Amino acid sequence: MTSQAHQTPANPPRVLLAKLGLDGHDRGVKVIARALRDAGMEVVYLGMRVTADQVAAAAAQEDVDVVGISVLSGAHMRLMPRMVEALERHGLRGDRESGDVMLLVGGTIPDTDVAGLKGMGVDGVFPVGTFTGEMVEFIRDNAKL
Amino acid sequence: MTVNDDYHTLSGIPIEPLYSPAQVGADGFDPAADLGKPGEFPFTRGAYPTMYRGRLWTRRQIAGFGTARATNERYRFLLAHGQTGLSTDFDHPTLTGYDSDHELAEGEVGRLGVAIDTAADMGELFDGIPLDQASVSLTINHPAIVLLAMFLHTAEKRGMPWESLRGTVQNDSLKEFHGQKTFALPPGPALKLTTDVLEFCTKHVPNWYTISISGYHTREAGSDAIQELAFTIAQGMAYVESAQRRGLAVDSFAPRLSHFFGVHNDFFEEIAKFRAARRMWARLMRDRYGATRPESMRMRFHTQTLGSTLVRQDPLNNILRGGLQALAAVLGGTQSLHVSGYDEAYDIPSEGAMRISLATQMILAHESGVAATPDPLGGSAYLETLTNRLEEAAMAYIKRIDGMGNGSMLDGMLEAVGSGYIESEIAQASYRYQQRVESGDYTIVGVNDEYRDEAASAGSLELFEFDYAEEERQIERLTTARQSRSEKAAADGLREIVNTARADGNLMPAILTAVGAGVTEGEIMGALRDEWGEYVDPGVF
Repeated sequence: MTSQAHQTPANPPRVLLAKLGLDGHDRGVKVIARALRDAGMEVVYLGMRVTADQVAAAAAQEDVDVVGISVLSGAHMRLMPRMVEALERHGLRGDRESGDVMLLVGGTIPDTDVAGLKGMGVDGVFPVGTFTGEMVEFIRDNAKL
Repeated sequence: MTVNDDYHTLSGIPIEPLYSPAQVGADGFDPAADLGKPGEFPFTRGAYPTMYRGRLWTRRQIAGFGTARATNERYRFLLAHGQTGLSTDFDHPTLTGYDSDHELAEGEVGRLGVAIDTAADMGELFDGIPLDQASVSLTINHPAIVLLAMFLHTAEKRGMPWESLRGTVQNDSLKEFHGQKTFALPPGPALKLTTDVLEFCTKHVPNWYTISISGYHTREAGSDAIQELAFTIAQGMAYVESAQRRGLAVDSFAPRLSHFFGVHNDFFEEIAKFRAARRMWARLMRDRYGATRPESMRMRFHTQTLGSTLVRQDPLNNILRGGLQALAAVLGGTQSLHVSGYDEAYDIPSEGAMRISLATQMILAHESGVAATPDPLGGSAYLETLTNRLEEAAMAYIKRIDGMGNGSMLDGMLEAVGSGYIESEIAQASYRYQQRVESGDYTIVGVNDEYRDEAASAGSLELFEFDYAEEERQIERLTTARQSRSEKAAADGLREIVNTARADGNLMPAILTAVGAGVTEGEIMGALRDEWGEYVDPGVF
């Protein structure tokens, strides 16, 4: 893990947020977008109804450090493997010199799914009710810049 | 903002140290004109003279998941456990106008609602349900015209005249852009379809509620009570003006408009919100739109306790939250009620959670005594003051939106929605609320107080378990349905829809014919998207 020392105001983490699929519950992702921005991060909100491939392509183009996916439809166990795969396909994870782009997911996620999500390569899981402060801290501590 | 030494309601209205009876009547408040009697203009004290003495509210728990068959079983369960009306939750693909086999639908077919692709699915959904006894609410918006056509087709096949049908279609297209976010079309075309449904039902399905003008989703999206009140009434005004622009007389359709609100934690503010809503609607309908029938001015509404107030920590505590919110809805005079399941921070509610929700309603109805007299808190200095403050604050929003349309709320709402104004107002309120929770300024027990117990979680809750095979079953059903229909009749049906759309005619007759010929929801909405374009959410935060 790279230390926090790399994160300076001149070099803040770049975070891409998006909602996969047709789920319309965007209250949480927008609150997070605002909180991360207020914490000094650079935030790109790609919006809703996008595919995993669109997210990965945008992540590559925007050269982000973190991809955060919001799913409140309960479809996370189906959609997140697609997201991991798409990031690999776009060269953002796997065999990458600069290190993997961090992948986070938040939403209506039962405790029993957390291990499964981490097993498939998701770096952080944030169920509804997580404080934004916790997320800011997690990204600061773990993002490789 | 610190509120610890400085009391405010959740939407920021200051609260005085004490309210005294002498205050009722201060600042120009006139109990005779501003309260009246229950069932009379301006309906502040209730929609009906006797309220729950005449008839209890309808216990209407929304339900929907998986295939039509699975949801039909849940309906039978609910009806067997004290439910008195049905409400249908559709899955995201259905809400957004895509068939179950569309690329974007993956993982969401039947997940948060029932999957309906064809009229045959609709028939199966209500199989064996006495539609003449249990009123049905279809919670669908941009594709409302398609789903209602499927429902009318089902009723016709069962030999039930449309005049005998009682129910509601949500059909509130504008709130999709800032509330539920399951839009399928841009604002203008979506509003046209809403008005098509209203016009068709006014003429052919006279006992149907044509729009359920909704604030619930706006509130779930993070608005405060003032915004929920203001934007809901504003949406309603836009629909009234849209129907009037088509030449419909206000008294011909206004009695079949209904409303739908959420109910949050701030007990008195919520009760005041419901009372203010009735008064605002009555005054606007009479004074601005020239309604003359009392039924046109009388707001009736459904209420749902807000899922976003439910927390993961110590989930059993959510039963009490739901109970208090439900009590506020009843004291506010709701016509029907859904109490959200206490396990909904984890997943869609289990059968056990829905039993408790229904029991909550029955305890209020039968054990508590609160249903014994209309508006039992009317006249309370605190409540009347809050009712006035909420009305004033909401009217200020409405005035602003009216200005955006130069005196037309129809144009004003299209502008307010299209410019992202409403979405931005809600996003700000939502962020403020989150900050208050995270700073501990607003205490949520077990979440941000000293009683927070990291270990207290779902524990032994028996959560709903979704069967992903339902998605495959639904896609198989859809494939079979496409194979077994007449391709020519289906193609003709779709062509007629496109032609009618181009001629700007009412689309309901063409859609009725098409669903009868087995045309799917996704095909119809797809054809309309091709004609009218897609909406891209601006993503304001």
